[in-house]
Amino acid sequence: MGADAYVVIEHLRGQVADISYVMLAAARELVQGSGGKVVAILLGHKAKDLSTDLSADEVLYVEHADLQDFIPDAYQAVLLPLIKQNQPRVVLLGNTTIGADIAGGLSVALDLPLVSSCRQLMSDGKFVCQICGGKILAEGNLPEPATLVTMTPGVHRSDDGKAAAPPHVTDVQPPALEALRTHLSKYIEPEAADVDISKEPVLISVGRGIQNKDNVELAEDLAKALGGVVTASRPVIDQSWLATSRLVGKSGKHVKPKLYLAIGISGAPEHVEAITDSETIIAINQDPAAPIFDLAKYGVEIDMFELIEVLTAKVKAARGA
Amino acid sequence: MNIAVVAKLVPDLVEELSIDASGAKLDTSFARFIVSESDDHAIEEGILLKERFGGQVTIIAPDDEGIDDVMYTAAAKGADRLMKLKGISAAEMSSHALARAFADVVSELKPDLVLAGVQAHNDLDGSVGSLLAGFLGMPYVGYVSGISMQDGQATVRKEYPAGLIAELQVTPPAVVGIQAAEQPPRYVAVSKVRQAMKSSTIEERALTVVEAPAAQHIDRMFKPEPAQHATMLAGTPDEIASKLVEILREIGVI
Amino acid sequence: MPERIDYWGIPDAWGSPQWWVYGVMGLSAMWLLIRLYLQARLWWQVGRPEVRWDGIDVRIGLVVKYAIVQTRILTQKYPGVMHVAIAWSFFMFFMGTALATIDSHFIAFLRGNVYLLYKLVLDSFALLFVIGAAMAAYRRLVLRPSRLTARPAFTWSIVALTLIVLGGLLTESLRLAVERPAWEWWSPVGALIATVWISTGVSDATLMQWHLGVWLFHLALVSVVLITLPVGTLLHVLTGPLNVFFSKIDTPKGRLAPIPGAAAGTPIYAGTLHGLSWKQLLDGNACTECGRCQDACPAYASGMPLSPKQVILDIRDALRAHGHRLPGTDADWLLLAGGIIKGDTLWSCTTCGACIQECPVLIEHIDAIVDMRRYLVAEGQLDGQLQEALANLGRYGNSFGQAERARARWTQALDPKIKDARREPVEYLWFVGDYASYSPALTGVTLKTAQVLQKAGLDFGILYDGERNAGNDARRAGEEGLYEMLAEKNAAALGHCTYEKIITSDPHSYNTLRNEYSFISNGRHPILHTAELLDQLISSGALNLRGNLGYKVTYHDPCYLGRYNGIYEAPRRVIRATGCEIVEMPRHGNRAACCGAGGGRIWMKEGEVRERPSESRVQEAVTLPGVDSMVVACPKDVSMFRDAVKTTGNEERLVVRDLAELVHAAL
Repeated sequence: MGADAYVVIEHLRGQVADISYVMLAAARELVQGSGGKVVAILLGHKAKDLSTDLSADEVLYVEHADLQDFIPDAYQAVLLPLIKQNQPRVVLLGNTTIGADIAGGLSVALDLPLVSSCRQLMSDGKFVCQICGGKILAEGNLPEPATLVTMTPGVHRSDDGKAAAPPHVTDVQPPALEALRTHLSKYIEPEAADVDISKEPVLISVGRGIQNKDNVELAEDLAKALGGVVTASRPVIDQSWLATSRLVGKSGKHVKPKLYLAIGISGAPEHVEAITDSETIIAINQDPAAPIFDLAKYGVEIDMFELIEVLTAKVKAARGA
Repeated sequence: MNIAVVAKLVPDLVEELSIDASGAKLDTSFARFIVSESDDHAIEEGILLKERFGGQVTIIAPDDEGIDDVMYTAAAKGADRLMKLKGISAAEMSSHALARAFADVVSELKPDLVLAGVQAHNDLDGSVGSLLAGFLGMPYVGYVSGISMQDGQATVRKEYPAGLIAELQVTPPAVVGIQAAEQPPRYVAVSKVRQAMKSSTIEERALTVVEAPAAQHIDRMFKPEPAQHATMLAGTPDEIASKLVEILREIGVI
Repeated sequence: MPERIDYWGIPDAWGSPQWWVYGVMGLSAMWLLIRLYLQARLWWQVGRPEVRWDGIDVRIGLVVKYAIVQTRILTQKYPGVMHVAIAWSFFMFFMGTALATIDSHFIAFLRGNVYLLYKLVLDSFALLFVIGAAMAAYRRLVLRPSRLTARPAFTWSIVALTLIVLGGLLTESLRLAVERPAWEWWSPVGALIATVWISTGVSDATLMQWHLGVWLFHLALVSVVLITLPVGTLLHVLTGPLNVFFSKIDTPKGRLAPIPGAAAGTPIYAGTLHGLSWKQLLDGNACTECGRCQDACPAYASGMPLSPKQVILDIRDALRAHGHRLPGTDADWLLLAGGIIKGDTLWSCTTCGACIQECPVLIEHIDAIVDMRRYLVAEGQLDGQLQEALANLGRYGNSFGQAERARARWTQALDPKIKDARREPVEYLWFVGDYASYSPALTGVTLKTAQVLQKAGLDFGILYDGERNAGNDARRAGEEGLYEMLAEKNAAALGHCTYEKIITSDPHSYNTLRNEYSFISNGRHPILHTAELLDQLISSGALNLRGNLGYKVTYHDPCYLGRYNGIYEAPRRVIRATGCEIVEMPRHGNRAACCGAGGGRIWMKEGEVRERPSESRVQEAVTLPGVDSMVVACPKDVSMFRDAVKTTGNEERLVVRDLAELVHAAL
């Protein structure tokens, strides 16, 4: 029976994703109880260097030209025999566009249970996952003898998954990767962004509550007065009220501003995970039960349209003075 | 082109959620169930594909209360076949069990593409779409927000963070996890849905109930106790604005 | 002996003048009728059927009131006097000719004093006509108000008519110049002109020649006018009264017709001309292009792409251009809704009813707009915001997208609890409405309303989460199926309750409950707006007010309370009973200017506007000296006007108060 915690490392175009470090930290926590090793699995093409700061007891590196970019079929074909052979206690995958694409297929092929959307692993083998937009938490014991887990950012810090010294890397031979039915034809870059929101110190962010494209102007006025930039959560971007470059969230950008002013944003997990590094979060929302208020430092329960213009005027006055 | 769309109902988050007496499951007695948002997008994408490339769209879903309306709305948009799986309840069953139930029905249809929402907010053991691909032995690509067909190949646009898109070529038959359809699900007038109720029939398939309750590995469900709460500012908009300006000064933004 | 002489001075060298006149007139009339028929048959060939033949006596009464007496036109002084001068004169000329024909062929009664009176009346009306024509020319060519269409065809019409009348006067004057009867001054105008001819000193023979010439010219011109009537601007002379005859009777203004054919399972949507009814196509041809509807339209005034006049003319022009192609051919270019008439135009309408109130020929603009909206909704061509609101109404029964259970959250602060009308019988069932229930900014108003009702000792209850949006605005946004669904749910909820009367503070709910919910509109359960209720309670003494508030206020008549349902005085009595003085805005009563929220507009994206209707209204209120408060009787008005007060920077100047708030303050 295995005791090791395997972590499938996610990387995109030469950069290791933050979730990988989060998973390594979670794995570290888990193996305290199981007594196994933290093993990072890195698939790629000429990507061995990405392993240098992984906090793992061992890195299994699989090299193949077809692994240059993420192809669900290819990853699955490589991981299947690897997991079957080594029989770890858990395999951690990101609950992301990479990990979630392969978790299901692996679960069926390996006939292993799958615990999804997990935000915390504990050394006694307990887990906590979040559902219903973060409104409900579910707790349990990791199924035995082995299980797959998809993880979201939550409790574990990515810093805890980074190592000072590079781990030991073992090369693993990939299986034959013919008969793949999925190929990457190209990447499509997002439209040239006028601004990189992940580098801006002041962000005025709007959510569904802004109601329509015209009202975004109110946020623009406030942003201008504060010397900041307008960003938004997914519903606003889906409606094309702002460019995709302004999306803050799981499928957008992670931001770490000095000030994050969240207006009409409820605080769903996919959004919140991208703003936890903000210095100060101030939330304005009509719903007193909005989850954002559990994260923000200051909150105002008010109809945003009653406050925005008044605030913009006062900021202008304060700056002008 | 033969397209199958699998969908399910999930609790509506507009309502207050509560845990039932066992402490390990959601109390669904008062919950309203609505179609899972990304499943709704999957239906829309299926219809869009039919409009552009021709073919047939079949909607398959477990027979939960309220599914009829979803089916007839899909029919009003242009779906050709509607299938309800009796003896199966999305509220009661795990994603694995649902996916296994879908697999038999879907394989019969011999579809070119199977569309599913990329995830549902109440998934505890993975998304139905990715598991279904496993049971069907088909390739799976998730987080897709656009599909087109060319020379028998499906080109899907897969979303990565920060607006990056990867264009992948997939050889059908394949399962695709839809994040968003190419246009938001269209509005269907109530009268058209009612018309569809009269002119369309929902086929029913009775399946043997698979023993696989949802939340098998869950011992306890609870509402998060926030470690902290924001300091709430109160008063007239004018007073609040003044307090905010003070705070902004403190943190050095003004 | 004064008497009328047939065809005086007309030689019979080329045959009897009588046969010439009847011949020319007969042919012209036939030509007119044929052309008219060719135009008119398009109405029923292209348009769908509709029953408008009931109540003939009432219809005739309408024609007398609107087409003959022309009360609508008289609501504006200058154009009113101008038009009746022209129109009544021609009625008189027509009658004069009819009497002359009877005199000629049947009973020769135009002799002696009867004849003199006959001449005096006709001459007077000829003068009246000339005055009217001069007013018209001045208006159209000098004043040039923007609501008129500046086309030469209109000038040609008034010139032609004037020449006809002058022709008649000149003919008469030339005859008088030759005959010089003793009673010539019974035709004062003619006699006056005759003095001019006499002063020229020409011979009688020359005068007779001139007489023949003018007479022939007059005959020819009348003939031309008759022949060109169906294609000219004078067509309204026939189509106007026809339109009035076929206007809606026995239907309250606030009731829309269901989608035709829906009950049979084959709904007809007004996407093209074929979907409009023959009456709606007649509307197009009846339009006089006067533009009063456009002047009254709040959407047009705010700069939105809607002119009710243009919508009707687009229908007319489309019928003229494409109507001759029978059904069965390519319908694409016949696309009205979203095609010839843009979607944005149709969505701009607030259904305030100002246009249908102004129209002199009783055109039903709103019905056409709603019918075309129904097509757009069926095709899914609506903007995202409206889609979301309608989807929320369908799923949650309210446009806010909040759970049904949250509907009565506003009552939590109340003690004692309001009765649940679903569980116990009540005398008054209070239908609260979406905005009053769900909008956080309005909770205060709703609470005060409840407190006032409690203070009056009323036995009332609410439906709690059994209530759904009444459906008034969903219906007017064109989502008929959704309206039916909401009405069914409300009817079911109400069906389980025991109550005597229904009250509501929301005019939109009031309108649809009163006029469109059949089990209420049949009178079994009277429905009252809170303004009516408060008026009753105050006058009966059940509610005692201190009556000393002393504010100087103005009152805004909500569209669905005032124009649609005729309630103007009750809220004013209530305001006065609180001790306030009312100063009326220029546009008040049935001329009140809409706040811009109706017809589903409050759910739609705003678009580019010059000045919002609500802002225009606030600006109107602040011009009143000494007035510091605007009183309203509709929750949407409270919301719209409070916003407008902010956006126009009038927070220090004007306070918006709901009627119930005012009463509450006066308790």
